[in-house]
Amino acid sequence: MQPAAHRLVRFGVVVFPGSNCDTDAHRAIETFPDAGVDYLWHKDTDLKGAQAIVLPGGFSYGDYLRCGAIARFSPIMRAVRDFAADGGLVIGICNGFQTLVESGLLPGGLLRNMGLKFVCRYVNLRVENAETPFTNACREGDHLRIVVKHNEGNYAVDAGTLEGMKANRQILLRYVDARGELTAEANPNGAVENIAGVCNETFNVFGMMPHPENSVEAAVAGGDDGRRIFQSMITTIMQRAKVTS
Amino acid sequence: MTQRATVDAAVKLGLTAEEYEHICAIQGGEPTYVELAIYSLMWSEHCSYKHSRPVLGRFPTSGPRVLQGPGENAGVVDVGDGWAIAMKVESHNHPSAVEPFQGAATGVGGIVRDIFTMGARPIVSCDSLRFGELSEPRQRFLLDGVVGGIAHYGNCLGIPTVCGEIYFEPSYEGNCLVNAMAAGILRHDQIVRAKAAGIGNHVVLIGNKTGRDGIGGASVLASQEFDETLEEKRPSVQVGDPFTEKKLIEACLELLHGHLVVSMQDLGAAGLTSSSSEMASKGMVGLDIHADRVPLREADMEPWEIMISESQERMLSIVEPGRLDEVREVCERWDLDCTVIGAVTDSKMLRIYWRGDMVGDIPARRLADESPVIRTPSVKPAYLVDDPVTVDDAAYSPAEDLGAALTELLAAPNIASKRWAWEQYDYIVQANTVQIPGGDAAVLRIKGGSRGVAFATDCNGRHCYLDPYRGAKAAVAEAARNLSCAGALPVAVTDCLNFGNPEKGEIYWQFEQAVEGMAQACEALDTPVVSGNVSFYNESFGNAIYPTPLVGMLGVFDDVSVHIDHTFKDEGDVVVLLGPEAAWMDGSEYQKVRFGKVEGRVPDVDLEAERRLQAALRAAIGRRLLKSAHDCAEGGLAVALAECAIASGVNGGGRYGDPEALRRMKDGKGRWRGADVELPAALLAAPGQPQGVAGRRDLALFGEAPSRVVVTVALGDIDALDALLADVPHRVIGVVTGEALRCTMQGSELFSVPVSALCAAHESLPDRLA
Repeated sequence: MQPAAHRLVRFGVVVFPGSNCDTDAHRAIETFPDAGVDYLWHKDTDLKGAQAIVLPGGFSYGDYLRCGAIARFSPIMRAVRDFAADGGLVIGICNGFQTLVESGLLPGGLLRNMGLKFVCRYVNLRVENAETPFTNACREGDHLRIVVKHNEGNYAVDAGTLEGMKANRQILLRYVDARGELTAEANPNGAVENIAGVCNETFNVFGMMPHPENSVEAAVAGGDDGRRIFQSMITTIMQRAKVTS
Repeated sequence: MTQRATVDAAVKLGLTAEEYEHICAIQGGEPTYVELAIYSLMWSEHCSYKHSRPVLGRFPTSGPRVLQGPGENAGVVDVGDGWAIAMKVESHNHPSAVEPFQGAATGVGGIVRDIFTMGARPIVSCDSLRFGELSEPRQRFLLDGVVGGIAHYGNCLGIPTVCGEIYFEPSYEGNCLVNAMAAGILRHDQIVRAKAAGIGNHVVLIGNKTGRDGIGGASVLASQEFDETLEEKRPSVQVGDPFTEKKLIEACLELLHGHLVVSMQDLGAAGLTSSSSEMASKGMVGLDIHADRVPLREADMEPWEIMISESQERMLSIVEPGRLDEVREVCERWDLDCTVIGAVTDSKMLRIYWRGDMVGDIPARRLADESPVIRTPSVKPAYLVDDPVTVDDAAYSPAEDLGAALTELLAAPNIASKRWAWEQYDYIVQANTVQIPGGDAAVLRIKGGSRGVAFATDCNGRHCYLDPYRGAKAAVAEAARNLSCAGALPVAVTDCLNFGNPEKGEIYWQFEQAVEGMAQACEALDTPVVSGNVSFYNESFGNAIYPTPLVGMLGVFDDVSVHIDHTFKDEGDVVVLLGPEAAWMDGSEYQKVRFGKVEGRVPDVDLEAERRLQAALRAAIGRRLLKSAHDCAEGGLAVALAECAIASGVNGGGRYGDPEALRRMKDGKGRWRGADVELPAALLAAPGQPQGVAGRRDLALFGEAPSRVVVTVALGDIDALDALLADVPHRVIGVVTGEALRCTMQGSELFSVPVSALCAAHESLPDRLA
């Protein structure tokens, strides 16, 4: 008799036409023994029982019109919005982040990079709030070194909303230099107050420009600092399951 | 059809009167206009290789690893464990000179289609670029547009752009070079060849609608010199849609790997014309094409326009009738048009129909394979008639401040870091990148095992100008050396041969010489040519580019974890120079930058010595004896040392891309690794150099020579390394220490410059672009 199958945390990675980090996200999640993962097709409305949703990087619908602006209208996003409204964990990475702000699931917007060029480089991220479902495997002030690669990552938000977000500690990641300073040089895109990643008010929807899914294996150039983002989500869901069972 | 297919019409389409005669003979009289348009494209230089075919036969093209040699969309090479790599490089020079952003973007799109058409998933893109000097505003515009176009297209596809090079020489002012290379991975049994088969099968067009963009791209644009009509040629440049291409990749790989289609061919130069005639010719069958069934962007297109349009992101496939519904289902899922436009027949004719009438009827094989062959009588160019001799160094007064000369060289556009360009490219998507851009070679892992692959591109156009034979030979040797420096075994070549007008004897001579040099090096280094492309007519107002036979090379690792990069690692490591110690002024970057000259006799590569050097280098890396290795190329030994020191910091304090090093840097513990180097006196006595060079310390530092590599090794491993290098000249020249690069010779200091200052010079390219 086999022992009862270990209950895996189920992730769903949404595939929009033009997504190009969907397979990287899928593979990244597969490297966690406690996680399982399915692809979710943009034309579907079924989340296949996923307990966490990843909106991956890429150029959904060619990023025509505006990044993420068309993706928000896809059938799967209705299901994702309902899922988020019920408290489900949703992470949007790069184009996924853009889609989340376009969908109104996160405040603010993502403008063209200050340098007007696509930028692919390693950045230092300082963890600003480690008491969230997406960062609990980190400590506050920790640095994560992860690659950004985008053309529209310049986070912007009105001053009033920003103050509210800061008071509520919704800013989870900021670009910093090696000494942990918020310098202009460390900021790859001109984002307001060096913001790299933000949460919604209820801390279940998170968007970040850097790519943790390209940072889960030490054997390749991206390093493995990104593991802590996924690990935080897995831990959160396992704890929720314990509480409810 | 009102247009007559007269000889005048033929000449307007780029054909010669002789070729027109030949066409009339094949067709048995005056062709239709559709037929004439088709011939004009298929017999253009770009599609027919009419000037190059007689010479290209010189290349070695077979070997135990070659699964598919030249003649298909891409070459395919065995890389172990049932894995194979499909690879090819192609020029998009002419379109990029007219419209840099779209020209370069569609260059990437075209080469990527060549790769997935073979059944391979594209895993890497490399771009080798040449421009005029950056002091010219137009050249900055071209550079900005080309790099932006590559980024736009490649990034959107999710294919990492991991290697490439950029050089600036006045000869490229009117004709920039954009050579796009791509490679993909597949299993041996997934190779698909572009051969139509199965009488009665459907001919299916998949992807974008057809418009008037790129009409005559291969003939009007790519097979003629540029003159004052450059701007008028803009409509011949295609417009890229990477979003559709991304969907095409996914849909086509699903169709190919699921065996839902018999074969597939992309629509590149000459569009539907070349794809259909090549598929028919290879399959020894006929094809009926109903041009009126092709989905159009512009409703009023004529049949000849439809047949030769180079609208992008389109694929032609052969589908069995019983599979059509499944093919449609896949295409619909990816929101791609999928239209039956014809059928495979046993006629061996390419027949074009328009609203039921036959408007073209051409023997497919004769069209595709029997284009004229032209061998221009070659003439040694005037500038080489008196065989060049090694320059008299006395005519070059040595730089007095050698440290300043070094920083000047590091800031020279040809040597300066190209970070400005490669940071615009996504070099990490797909999570295979082991070594990021900026080093000697791109290194990628193959998922699911320990294997890996490496890629490098090389060609020093200046050397090829001074001696096409030696320069081309050196390009192959250098590409192989770059791979060996990473620890990879070089196994195959794809080439892009960029030259001027082949109707001129002097250009043809350059071409023949370069092919001979490449062929000899490929034979000696066991790197057969598996695919390639020729780009002629790179001339403006009668001025030709430097002959630029670009070499793209594939290397393999059984265990990719042994790979190394060029960064200095740890305090106390020993610096060793491998290879000959003589160095030349002739054709060097120092000669160009400091003295504004390009002249002399470039050194010849000793292929046997090169082979031994690289074998020993790989053996040492395979045993994990070396900490770093770097090819000495432009700027000589001093620049190579400086680059090793600079890279120790800019990418994260040590082995860049290495998470441990990144962690150190991120913790603020990263630091520069400098070196103290004592140059051997032997560097001053250059065999083969005329009298009077003794004492030229500047040449010891900045002179150039092939087959030289700088490596570092832990002190404790020096004896083991020594044993491995028994038949390779080598000498300990210094030690990794401090945060400055300091060179001494016979006890006196030549220079000492902080690595941070070297880095500032090396990273100064953006200042020239402002």
